[in-house]
Amino acid sequence: MISNYYILNVLRFILLVLVQVLVFNRLNFFGFINPMVYILFLYWYPIKENRAAFIGLGFLLGLAIDFFSDTMAIHTASTITIAYIRPAIMRFVFGVNFEFQSFKLSNTTQVQQITFLTLLILVHHLVFFTLEIFSLANFLLVLKKVLATGAATLILCLLFGSLFSVRKE
Amino acid sequence: MQQIINFIIRYKNFLLYILLMIISLGFTIQSHSYHQSRFFNSSNWVTGNILRTSNNVTTYFGLDLENQRLMEENERLRYLLFNRSSLDTLALDSVQQTYTVTTGKVIKNSYAHPRNYITINQGEKDSVKPDMGVITSKGILGIVENVSNNFATVQSILNEKSNINAKIKNTDHFGSLVWDMKRFDVVQLVDIPRLVPLTIGDTIVTGGMSSIFPEGIPIGTIRKFDLNSSQSFYSIDVTLFNDMTNIKNVYIVNNRFREEILELQNQTEADDK
Repeated sequence: MISNYYILNVLRFILLVLVQVLVFNRLNFFGFINPMVYILFLYWYPIKENRAAFIGLGFLLGLAIDFFSDTMAIHTASTITIAYIRPAIMRFVFGVNFEFQSFKLSNTTQVQQITFLTLLILVHHLVFFTLEIFSLANFLLVLKKVLATGAATLILCLLFGSLFSVRKE
Repeated sequence: MQQIINFIIRYKNFLLYILLMIISLGFTIQSHSYHQSRFFNSSNWVTGNILRTSNNVTTYFGLDLENQRLMEENERLRYLLFNRSSLDTLALDSVQQTYTVTTGKVIKNSYAHPRNYITINQGEKDSVKPDMGVITSKGILGIVENVSNNFATVQSILNEKSNINAKIKNTDHFGSLVWDMKRFDVVQLVDIPRLVPLTIGDTIVTGGMSSIFPEGIPIGTIRKFDLNSSQSFYSIDVTLFNDMTNIKNVYIVNNRFREEILELQNQTEADDK
């Protein structure tokens, strides 16, 4: 069972990176919207795991995307940020339930799941576009990109989420 | 000592986060100041090969259009060739030519970011080196930035770091071509003096000041122009000839005398000090 579970995560990692760089990086919807569906990896990743390992994985994921998209280390900075603050977001969204041993993402309500995903995407995109544009003078541009790309990412992530739902073990 | 260790253990996640953040910010800022990082680019072996494989598949979908474009270019070049007054083969001797040209194919294109890089399938093995110019049949595309064995990344003109010498066709008034990160079909030409007569629709071509591009490579046409805040220079919006969203075949231009020119310029600057 354990090895099964590692294989699942490794496969997920590779497939999400490939889907991101080969399909979604080339989408350029309206000329600038490139949804970042690889966030799903950090959303799906098991909750009970070691936090340090999770941040490390976030680093690797960001790095892999950065290599393909020539974006220096901006994706990396955003993925480690959401990997680090994910427990805080979960506590905010799921309340004390999150502390229980029996807690599972699939047992929560749909609204909670969507809120959780939205917050992850929002934080990720804010860090990403702030670093990418790197100037306060263009703050409106940052906001526009965060909202537009964030909405596209959310919709696609929800679609992917319902296609490949987390296995109910 | 015990307390320090306790502190590290308690905050190990936070410390790890800070450490990784510093690493990634370090990479980012390093490339803000000068060249793109040597490691963070898609010209390395793994990414290059994956992108090439994907490109091998998708390239078939645009084959018709691409053939037509190449035919049009051939037609134009044939026209020039047939109408040359003398066909002296002596003038075609490669020793006498300043520029050499190699062809390449785009395997990754991007235009939605503030810093766009294009990856092409020619590298060190095909004697492509950093700072060579890259053009298409319609106009200018960018400058080679990083090179691996089989691939190279090109800093597109749609990059906030891009700065290329350009001039108004048939005059010698030159300025710098930059990008304001807003639209992928419009770039800006700055530092053209106020006294220059301009008309909307004038053609902009590369200037002879750079040792990268030959003089007179088409760039685009004037879309609109305004005086800048100091009221003494124009700031011009240029509509590109190239459709930056749809690029396949490129030409890499090498100036044989670039090193000689740079050496001379450096020497002159050093003498000044």
